[in-house]
Amino acid sequence: MNIFVFVKRVPDTESKIKVDNSKNQVIEEGLNFVLSPYDEYAVEEALKLREAHGGKVTVLSVGSNETNVILKKCLAMGADEAVLIQDEKPESYDAMRVGKIIAKLLKSKYTDYHLLLFGKQSMGADNGQVPAIVAELLSLPQVNVVTKLEVQGTKGMAHREIEGASEKVEFDLPAVISAQKGLNDPRYETLKGIMMAKKKEIPVISLQDLGLNEEEIAPQMEVVKMDVPPPREVGKVIDDEPEEAAKKLVAFLREEAKVL
Amino acid sequence: MILVYIEEREGKVKKYSLEALSEAKRRADELKTDTCAVLLGHDIEGLAAELFPYGASKVYILDNPLLGRYSPSGFTVALASLIEETAPHAVFFAASSLGRDLAPRLAGRLGVGLASDCIKIEVEADKIQVVRPIFAGKILATLSFRSSPVMATLRPNIFPLMESTQGSGEVVRKDVVAGEDDIKDQVGEILKEEGAELDVTEAEIIVSGGRGMKEPESFELLKELASVLPHAAVGASRSAVDSGWIDHQHQVGQTGKTVSPNLYFAFGISGAIQHVAGMSSSKVIIAVNKDPEAPIFKVADFGIVGDLFLVVPHLKNELEKALSD
Repeated sequence: MNIFVFVKRVPDTESKIKVDNSKNQVIEEGLNFVLSPYDEYAVEEALKLREAHGGKVTVLSVGSNETNVILKKCLAMGADEAVLIQDEKPESYDAMRVGKIIAKLLKSKYTDYHLLLFGKQSMGADNGQVPAIVAELLSLPQVNVVTKLEVQGTKGMAHREIEGASEKVEFDLPAVISAQKGLNDPRYETLKGIMMAKKKEIPVISLQDLGLNEEEIAPQMEVVKMDVPPPREVGKVIDDEPEEAAKKLVAFLREEAKVL
Repeated sequence: MILVYIEEREGKVKKYSLEALSEAKRRADELKTDTCAVLLGHDIEGLAAELFPYGASKVYILDNPLLGRYSPSGFTVALASLIEETAPHAVFFAASSLGRDLAPRLAGRLGVGLASDCIKIEVEADKIQVVRPIFAGKILATLSFRSSPVMATLRPNIFPLMESTQGSGEVVRKDVVAGEDDIKDQVGEILKEEGAELDVTEAEIIVSGGRGMKEPESFELLKELASVLPHAAVGASRSAVDSGWIDHQHQVGQTGKTVSPNLYFAFGISGAIQHVAGMSSSKVIIAVNKDPEAPIFKVADFGIVGDLFLVVPHLKNELEKALSD
């Protein structure tokens, strides 16, 4: 089975995010970048499927040269190949650009695939759009926010998380799947894996190589401004005995906050 | 015209769709245009009348037995043809699990920009712009659109419902162009969790527990507390979920769900930045923690320094008394 996993480099979730208001961009200096957490589940699922059915796992990312660090991590986890699609343009928060780049890549360079795996959303942009855009541009079935995946021959079955329940979807391969927490437990890199990943070369594909011009993939949205939300007003804190504290809290909810 | 996709489940219109419709009506008034709704599925026409009081002047019905169950590919084909025909200024969805699955596929087909999970819609010089949280709410980004129609998914529990009680309009049936070949990913069955509760993203009150809960059994305490509150759900911090005490569906925060309930209780939650990012847009936040230095008290409207295992039972009693008045 030929599996492609699409990953992104993002600041870790403990990061305090600061903004350069003159450019409407996040200040990257001082941030710790990681493989986007949901993408880890996608990589793990690809490796599990390869172990069960054989085949090849290729990890791809659209981004700057710095993205190589997370591609190396994916190789160290056990991916067979990693490829960087170089795009030095800063984050636009517009998923259409990346969706079009990936669709073009798959139409022109990698036409033989059975499964396209993604994280359900990248941490940060929080769009969750790229998998569905790619599925539409390639006329493929999509199942997003998946907590269970089974593949048999040319058929697949996935559970997709919805409000308070799951949807069971059966589909034909090739298909687009995006991973939710709970799908699996991502493995750690092994020392051997890290050593092998170090030696492994990561080919680079440019947007020109794909025959894409800036106009076709120009973002459809523009960031007008970025604000840090105002801090919440500090409330009152009490340390009364439990019964008294509970009474005061209920009085607060009814009389001051008026939420009950 | 602003077009709003209306979601229904088991024959009932979802409240978050009515919120999106209400907001569309307010912005359409500002733009001096009208608001239309679209119902897509099978045997759905009966729901149209419910939409007029919330601002729809016209309800499009796309009825097809093939589309009785959700399919992102099939629904996209059907909606795209309606949009091509009616050429709306903007198309709104609720940022529900369905909206966030369907809207991007439709945006891909139309080749237009889509803003996810918006918390504010503004009209600026006769153009729509939106505010959406990025980094789970650590930053708010204001976005404008270069493409048309404007597409946005609207976060549940943020936009107020219209209070009008009356309203009438036109019901327009349209042919559905989607055929069997367009349906590649249809839902087979819906699997409900044991004792399926309200989801945290839909709840008006969330009762959350963190590391201070100490063991899985203590989440029963929170379930009992939630059971005396209206429209309440149980939430959890990442450390409680990663310890295996409760399912990840309940997780609030940057690797879980971002929520905006009217009332959020944080029991034994320290207030790590990735948790706070996911709940700080709650209208009222209550924290109970043993550690007076816990960062959660910095975002709480009311905090109790104390043992949650002693506070929760009293709180449940007091709430029961108060709510039965």
